[in-house]
Amino acid sequence: MIVALIFWAFAALAVAGGIAVFVVNSMARATYALAVSFVAVGAMIVMLHLDYIGVITILMMLMEMAIMAVFMVMFMGMNPALMPMDMTHHKRRSVILAVVVFAVLVVAIFLIPWPARTGTPAADLTRSLGDAIMGTKMLVMLAISPVLFATIVAGLVLANPRGRYDRYGDQLDRRTTDGHPDPDDPVRGGIGR
Amino acid sequence: MSSPAAGGAVGAVVLLPLGVAVLALAVASVNGAVNARAEGGAVRDGFAAPVRETARLIRQQRRTLPGADSLLWRIAGAGLGIAAVLQVVVIPFGDVTFADLPVGLVWFNAIDVLLWALWWLLGWGANSTWSLVGGYRFLAQALSYEIPLMFALTAPAIGAGSLRLLDIQAAQQSVWFVVWMPVSFLIYVASVVAFSSWGPFQSAVGVDIGQGVLAELSGIDRLLVLGGRYAVLVAGAAFSVPLFFGGGSGPLLPGGIWVVVKTAVVLAGMLAVGRMVPTIRPDRLAEIAWVIVVPLVLVQLAVVAVIVAVNGGAL
Repeated sequence: MIVALIFWAFAALAVAGGIAVFVVNSMARATYALAVSFVAVGAMIVMLHLDYIGVITILMMLMEMAIMAVFMVMFMGMNPALMPMDMTHHKRRSVILAVVVFAVLVVAIFLIPWPARTGTPAADLTRSLGDAIMGTKMLVMLAISPVLFATIVAGLVLANPRGRYDRYGDQLDRRTTDGHPDPDDPVRGGIGR
Repeated sequence: MSSPAAGGAVGAVVLLPLGVAVLALAVASVNGAVNARAEGGAVRDGFAAPVRETARLIRQQRRTLPGADSLLWRIAGAGLGIAAVLQVVVIPFGDVTFADLPVGLVWFNAIDVLLWALWWLLGWGANSTWSLVGGYRFLAQALSYEIPLMFALTAPAIGAGSLRLLDIQAAQQSVWFVVWMPVSFLIYVASVVAFSSWGPFQSAVGVDIGQGVLAELSGIDRLLVLGGRYAVLVAGAAFSVPLFFGGGSGPLLPGGIWVVVKTAVVLAGMLAVGRMVPTIRPDRLAEIAWVIVVPLVLVQLAVVAVIVAVNGGAL
């Protein structure tokens, strides 16, 4: 009974956080309202006894929101991201879309003939998750990670207006005739390259 | 009150925050004493400095700039100490543990990522340029220390074959993990100092930006953040005990006492070494972390994995 109540409290928190994202008028509040929503979802996953996935969800979402705060200022320029602003746009179309999707999902809940449970959960769910990822699904993981990573790096390089790539182009290791580094970056890294 | 669960709950709610606060005050006092000695003042005055500062801040009226996001600012200020307690709550004290999570190690990691949010929100909430610069400095630093920290945390998990802290502690009965995972340990303690914005990793609160994140904090808000900084430092040191120093194992004294003693020794080491190293700029740290530290920790993980595979378990 108490467990069910806590579960529903987290569910309500998740929905409330999601609504708050569009109600508040600051980027920071919207970002962290979304974080609260995700953390509540993570807590619900923990309550389903999927400890590892639940805690990892909390970890990843907090990290993601913190990084999002960096990106929103970096790519919006200082002013818009730091000023109070409306968090919604294309209001009419968004509302129609949201209502239709919600209706479809609710109808689906009642119409889908949910299958009965077959088999029993593994004794150690974290271990069986690890076995799946590192075993049969290893190829998928190996293929997806570099693609995702390359997408992130390429997106940043192309979108960042005053990044190293924009200032110096490619071939960062080229030299002038007297041996000096040609893209002479005044901001050197920590190991003096 | 007779049931162990109720006793554990009381302990977690009362004892743990108190213990963290006492240790945090002790670290701040010793740091103050060394500061006073370095400046030629009386050591006793330096030792009492944190107590005096606490008394001053409790009486001081808090001030807020116009346009400050007080809600997020104060949540973040109070959050540091809470995060510290949330980390300590899963640590086993000998055989006793307040919260025996099957994924205690990942829990620690999740809470240390919460610190990213808290430090940035502290910088954001004040509505001050220098505070915001400090908040962004912390995130830039976090991008350098977090990946090495995650890998460093993986080593004890591989050694014990478990994410549960009781198992990790039990796997060190013959040899402590610090002996065959020294690189992981060093990266771990450096990261703890970094997520506390302390020592060489204090650029987020640096004097060159008018104390950055701390710039606009006053009164009880400032006290919570200054204390919370030391509290997360204590929590990180305490967490290294089950990870690398065999948890509560030791002769004569009960396990709980040994955990506190080992925590104090780790804290003393952090204080001593942290004060010797100059502050590192986040933009320089990035290259050091990704070009030198990440390969080092990967080699460490490979060594640990081979040892575990050959030996069929921990040493």
